[in-house]
Amino acid sequence: MTKILNVRNLEKSYSSGAKKLTVLQDVSFDIEEKQTFSIVGPSGSGKTTLLGLCAGLDRPDSGSIELCGTELSSLSEDERAVLRNQKVGFVFQDFQLLSTLTALENVAVPLELQGAKNASKVARELLEKVGLGGRFDHYPSQLSGGEQQRVAVARAFSNKPSILFADEPTGNLDSETGEKVIDLLFELNREAGTTLVIVTHDLDLAKMTQRILRLKGGKIIQSHEQY
Amino acid sequence: MASLSWLMKMAWRDGKASSRKLVLFMASIVLGIAAVVSIQSFGENLKDNIAEQSKAMMGADFKIDLDEAPSEEILSVMDSLGGAQAREISFSSMAAFPGNPGTKLVQVRGIEGGFPFYGELETSPPQAAEEWRKEGAALLDATVMLQLGLKPGDQIKIGEVVLPIAGSLINVPGSNAFFSSIAPPVLIPYSFIEETGLIQTGSRINYDFYFIAPGADLDRLDRELDPQLDKYEADLDTHTSTSERLGRRYENFGKFLNLVAFVALLLGCVGIASAINIYIKGKLKAVAVLKCLGATKKQSFLIFLIQIAGMGLLGGIIGTIAGLLLQQLFPLLLQDLLPVDIQMSFSPQIIIMGLLLGILMSVLFALIPLIGTLYVSPLETLRVQKSSGKKKGKAELTVLAGIFLFILLFSYWLLKDWRYSFSFVFGIILTFSILAGIAKLFMKGIRENFPKTWGFPARQSLQNLFRPQNQTLTLVLAIGVGTFLISTLYFTKDILLDQASLDAQTDSPNMILLDVQAGQDENVSETIRASGNPVLDNIPIVTMRVQSIEGRTVNQIKEDSTSGINRWVLNHEFRVTYRDSLINSEVLTSGEWIPRVDDLNLIPISVSDNFAEDAQVSIGDRVSFNVQGVVMNTEVRSIRTVDWSRMQPNFSIVFPAGVLENAPQFRVITANVSNEESSAALQQELVRLFPNISIIDLRQVLRVVEDILNKIAWLINFMAFFSILTGIIVLLGAVRTSKFQRIKESVLLRTIGARSRQILKILALEYFYLGALGTLSGILLSLLSSQLLAWLLFETAFTPSVFPFLVLFPSITLLVMFIGLTNSISVIKSPPLEVLRKESY
Repeated sequence: MTKILNVRNLEKSYSSGAKKLTVLQDVSFDIEEKQTFSIVGPSGSGKTTLLGLCAGLDRPDSGSIELCGTELSSLSEDERAVLRNQKVGFVFQDFQLLSTLTALENVAVPLELQGAKNASKVARELLEKVGLGGRFDHYPSQLSGGEQQRVAVARAFSNKPSILFADEPTGNLDSETGEKVIDLLFELNREAGTTLVIVTHDLDLAKMTQRILRLKGGKIIQSHEQY
Repeated sequence: MASLSWLMKMAWRDGKASSRKLVLFMASIVLGIAAVVSIQSFGENLKDNIAEQSKAMMGADFKIDLDEAPSEEILSVMDSLGGAQAREISFSSMAAFPGNPGTKLVQVRGIEGGFPFYGELETSPPQAAEEWRKEGAALLDATVMLQLGLKPGDQIKIGEVVLPIAGSLINVPGSNAFFSSIAPPVLIPYSFIEETGLIQTGSRINYDFYFIAPGADLDRLDRELDPQLDKYEADLDTHTSTSERLGRRYENFGKFLNLVAFVALLLGCVGIASAINIYIKGKLKAVAVLKCLGATKKQSFLIFLIQIAGMGLLGGIIGTIAGLLLQQLFPLLLQDLLPVDIQMSFSPQIIIMGLLLGILMSVLFALIPLIGTLYVSPLETLRVQKSSGKKKGKAELTVLAGIFLFILLFSYWLLKDWRYSFSFVFGIILTFSILAGIAKLFMKGIRENFPKTWGFPARQSLQNLFRPQNQTLTLVLAIGVGTFLISTLYFTKDILLDQASLDAQTDSPNMILLDVQAGQDENVSETIRASGNPVLDNIPIVTMRVQSIEGRTVNQIKEDSTSGINRWVLNHEFRVTYRDSLINSEVLTSGEWIPRVDDLNLIPISVSDNFAEDAQVSIGDRVSFNVQGVVMNTEVRSIRTVDWSRMQPNFSIVFPAGVLENAPQFRVITANVSNEESSAALQQELVRLFPNISIIDLRQVLRVVEDILNKIAWLINFMAFFSILTGIIVLLGAVRTSKFQRIKESVLLRTIGARSRQILKILALEYFYLGALGTLSGILLSLLSSQLLAWLLFETAFTPSVFPFLVLFPSITLLVMFIGLTNSISVIKSPPLEVLRKESY
């Protein structure tokens, strides 16, 4: 199988005043195409930092990350943005919809950024697929939390990403709504053949993925496959 | 990749949903631009109208004027021009009205020929304009007719002549609006002038000869003929040169108003900067999301830049339209001060200026917060991230330099003078810095001496001034600048009026009698004393002209193009007095005061500092005067500064006693008349007994000056009102921006049991502090600037009026409280949860 994400000897620390806080230490792993993958660990274990680095949202202190065959450290910020736009999808814990855009416009943005002509049509289809056919023109403030996350899922798949990163996708939802969103995420993942990387502290959710990476204190303490 | 059209679409989508947040801030741009456009456009229109109506203002193509009867040489020059088509003799005189107790100082204009050739005599009844000459009647200024209750058919007595009044004069070419308010015009046929008996020694008579020369090259005529006429103390004025001169005079006033309007615009920009700052801060999360989804730095920056520029353009369009409509009001405000009827038109240049200004100002002032979008990390979507300050700081400094450069260039465009532009920009920086300094100092003072013993509402409201993302400084600046402008204008008006006002003491004159002939003065003085009023001065006046300076004749100096001696010195007929002491408006600055001499060979004289400067003479220099045919050699022995603003006879040249006593002379008598009734009765008596003398009632003059200052002040206030209005809008915006924060705090207080009254008190006090701080800072700064103006510009003492303290301070503070509280009323009325739900988006 081809590796879509290859992480080697990753180190990341933050300074807090005179103190240096090491968040990630010697982290190495890889993810194969179309795999579902979860990163678990307690609060402060470095999960979100790792996700940000893998998605090219931040730069590591040392180590290398190869995403979709491209070494991230060789790219400028704008080049990484283009890579994200073409290959990566995101789902966030707090949805991160653009509050001034309607549901349809939110979903269309990644495609519009690519200059796609059919952005609106694709966005409509995706919204219908996530069950929000009648809510095209609703603003985020007019939608419930579950609906907002469904819009976010539709947006994440709109650019047909090779890899999708989800940061605690159910963290802000009640369990029933959370389950629905997860079902949707996995369903779309299967259909599109996207690699799915989920950061969560929900072990039940993690168990649904093919591989689990356990982090503690910035180090990998366990990495196993579950088939 | 995403195209420009997508960026514009995103800007529109986002702007549409945020329009409620932006509308107030756009309003401040609209007001600022409306102020600048209205003044600019009005100024252009005034200039154009003056140029267009220049012929009608003069009544002819050109005229030759002189202040003594024309010599043979001048008459032959005029003959070479084909002869004058009309002539006029004019002078000031008292007029009486048989059967009516009133008297009035008037400008008598004796006219012969078809004057005016352009424009028209506007009279009531209209036919009077045609008939007055044929019927040997007078046309009298309409205001005087109204004031004295005169009607056509009544009589007017000028000197020895009594004429019927044919009608009232509404408009006549060649009358100056300001001078007409002091000495209103009376038109009489030229043939009656001699009969008045008022053409006597010392009388100030003007002789005008009007010409029509359609199609002539007037500039060439001016260039060629004026130097020739100069030799004979005559002057050539073409309708174009006169209108240009007039245009320039109004232009200066326009420039001043432009600056006031520009300040309103800048104030709007402070609002824009602060609003966009808050607005963009609220957008940073969205920028991070966009970057996460693949938008580049440039794209996310451009989306908001386009949005702001679009907002500026819209503000520019609305502001320009409002400005163009607003300028229609100015002629109404300035009716009596304008020399022409204004026909308004719209200049494309000004429309383009308004639109460009809208875009430029909003973009420039939004750039600093906008730069922030460049440094937002997409990681913000996952966690709160601090952006790097170093690069941002450099970019901000560059933008700040750009802002000041723009202000400098724009003020240069308005003022056409680098020195003034630099001073203006420096003044603005200084004003804003001082205001910000005062505000910061106050805040620091409050922080350091926090009143811990005060009750909870008072303490809480003070604390609110320091909450994160507070708008305290912006609000204090906005309120402060507006108050500063208004109160400085008031103080300046006070200074001007104070300078012009008459002292209440009995030793300063309030009535000046001119053209008193030698021999008449004793009788005139006696008449004044008999009315129970004191005569203050009986000043002898001898007219003379400069013959030579330091051995060079006037003609030699005139021919020397390198001579720096001012022309007026060479052409002017000086009214000179002689006395043995200085008077209270004079201070000796150099040399020695010589009270009296017996030797007439080289007479020691005293000159005013402005004469010394213009004539380029200093102590010991020699000046010869032609005193009605007799040459007198003098030596400058002292130089005086003269307070010309004092309403009393002041002199450039003073001879010592013992020299001019026997020269042909006339007298100026000054008196202090106790009240208006006494003044009216005395004037009637004097006019009856001595018809040749002119009486200037300083009370009346002062009223005219006050009236004019009031009108100008009205216009200035009108412009300053823009600043206040913009300030209010900035205030409204700032209040609304921080509203959600305030609401959250209030809801929290309510949840833990605070009563509506307590919350209201906290909010009211917070707005009171803001209003009081801003207003007080503005007034204090204006006190300082007015004091400086009084010292440096007006050179007078300054006693501030209490108006800004008694009226501006409470009213602006209350306004701030009113705006703040009306915008927070929903917090108090609704249940906590409902408020939070409603206000969170």
